[in-house]
Amino acid sequence: MTHLGYLIAGWGIALGTLGLYVVSIIRRGRDLARRVPAERSRWLTSTDDGSRG
Amino acid sequence: MSRFLADARLVAAKDLRIEARSRVVLNQVAPFALLVLVLFGFALDADQRTLRAFAPGLFWVAVLLCALLAIQRSVSVEQADGALSGLRLSGMSPAALFVGKASAVFVQLVVLEVLLTAGIIVLYGSEVDQPLLVFATGLLAAVAVACTGTLYGALASGLGVRETLLPILLLPVLAPVLIGATRAFDDALGSAAVDGWSWLGLLAVFAVVATAGGALAFGALVEE
Amino acid sequence: MTETMVTTGTTTGSGGSRVLGAVTLLGLATLLLFAFGLTEPDVRLHPTTGEEIGQFDAVRLLYLHVPLAVFTYVAFVLCAVASAGYLVRRTPWFDTMAHAAAEVGTVFCGLVLVTGSIWGRPVWNTWWEWGDVRLMTTLVLFLMFAGYLALRRATVDPRAAALRGAVVALVAVLDLPLVNRSVEWWENRTLHQKSTLGELKIQDLTLFTLMLGFLVFGLVLAWLLLHRFRVGWLEREDAELGVATAIAERRAAIDGGDVDAAVGEDA
Repeated sequence: MTHLGYLIAGWGIALGTLGLYVVSIIRRGRDLARRVPAERSRWLTSTDDGSRG
Repeated sequence: MSRFLADARLVAAKDLRIEARSRVVLNQVAPFALLVLVLFGFALDADQRTLRAFAPGLFWVAVLLCALLAIQRSVSVEQADGALSGLRLSGMSPAALFVGKASAVFVQLVVLEVLLTAGIIVLYGSEVDQPLLVFATGLLAAVAVACTGTLYGALASGLGVRETLLPILLLPVLAPVLIGATRAFDDALGSAAVDGWSWLGLLAVFAVVATAGGALAFGALVEE
Repeated sequence: MTETMVTTGTTTGSGGSRVLGAVTLLGLATLLLFAFGLTEPDVRLHPTTGEEIGQFDAVRLLYLHVPLAVFTYVAFVLCAVASAGYLVRRTPWFDTMAHAAAEVGTVFCGLVLVTGSIWGRPVWNTWWEWGDVRLMTTLVLFLMFAGYLALRRATVDPRAAALRGAVVALVAVLDLPLVNRSVEWWENRTLHQKSTLGELKIQDLTLFTLMLGFLVFGLVLAWLLLHRFRVGWLEREDAELGVATAIAERRAAIDGGDVDAAVGEDA
């Protein structure tokens, strides 16, 4: 495979960054979810319909 | 409408009077503008041919740097003693307030541009081939920068980090102005074979959008 | 990507979002399989000399770069629409959405620039091409939204942050056509072919992989938006709870006759 270094760098940086971002979002979410009562998180109280927004 | 213009003139006159008394722009920003030109000279090894070739770009970068300072000043004038809430309570329309503040910045920018033009002629040996094009570009770009800057100054006002935040917010938005004005000056100063007049169209569009959009958005911002 | 937690109430996950996360991960694995295993490198023969030309295996970066670029713009348009919605409706929903879209879009945008640069080095023979319209436009866009996020972080009052953010997002998106025009006229020598892909020897599998890329990164965007929105929502609720608690404490202090302590904090 040609350009292997470029391929690894490109895909690696992209997926790595997205992975870290995902972890940070989940962490922040857990932190906050612990502090805020569940009935204030709309996607948990309702039947999970309008939760996307 | 006449009320609107009278209000705007009042605000502009107020800011210019403050400037006339405090001389912050004249005593600090104007020397800074010349200093920037000198620094470019040091950085580019004082080679006048290089300096002349890049004079349009250096000129407009210097204008943007000075504009940042002038806008910071325009914002800080309102923050003392809650001056802005006073103006708001006066029943003046936010759009008139915006036009007034932007006009004052515009006047200061034009003065700085004149000074910088003299600077590149003397220091870089630039020659003005088309004075009319220089004139038109200077005015349109000053309108664009003054209006965008006044809006963004309001956006960053009241924040502890205003001084550092304003450049990162404002400069990317002004990228088209920098490109357009530089290219127009390339033609006017004869440093590149481009059609400078066609760039005025872009500057004009930017200036019109910045004025109208700024006046609209300013209303939404001040009401907060 | 997705979490295995089942206990509701302690995460921003929900039944639907977990399915979405699982599908996304599965899609990502499939995309990797196609991008690296099943598709051929881009090799063509020069019409006259018969030399081997093309992007060779560097083309595999496009299955990543192009979808990311498209969804960067989707995210920023979404941010602008939500910002306009906020200015009209003034509800926290629109503001939280705009903030989420801006943050996710900025992450995507940064990755577009990085992957584009890494792809450009072998194919265009340069890390960076001044004067390429899309490249410069994307860079300016990235800087504008970096400013947007900085502004929001610096503004303490949530209503002011929402209002100012909405204005900045709208200005950024309105400014974009002007940036694009100006760069295009500036140096009329774009390296980005009208369609980078049109030049490729398009095989069905190449096209399919690219479409799969669009699907997968669309799902990634959806997952990120969903969870980032929920984080933003919780942040707002948390702040409101904090204010409510503070007010209650102040009340209690006044009722208890401790007026000095209650008033003193104001000074």
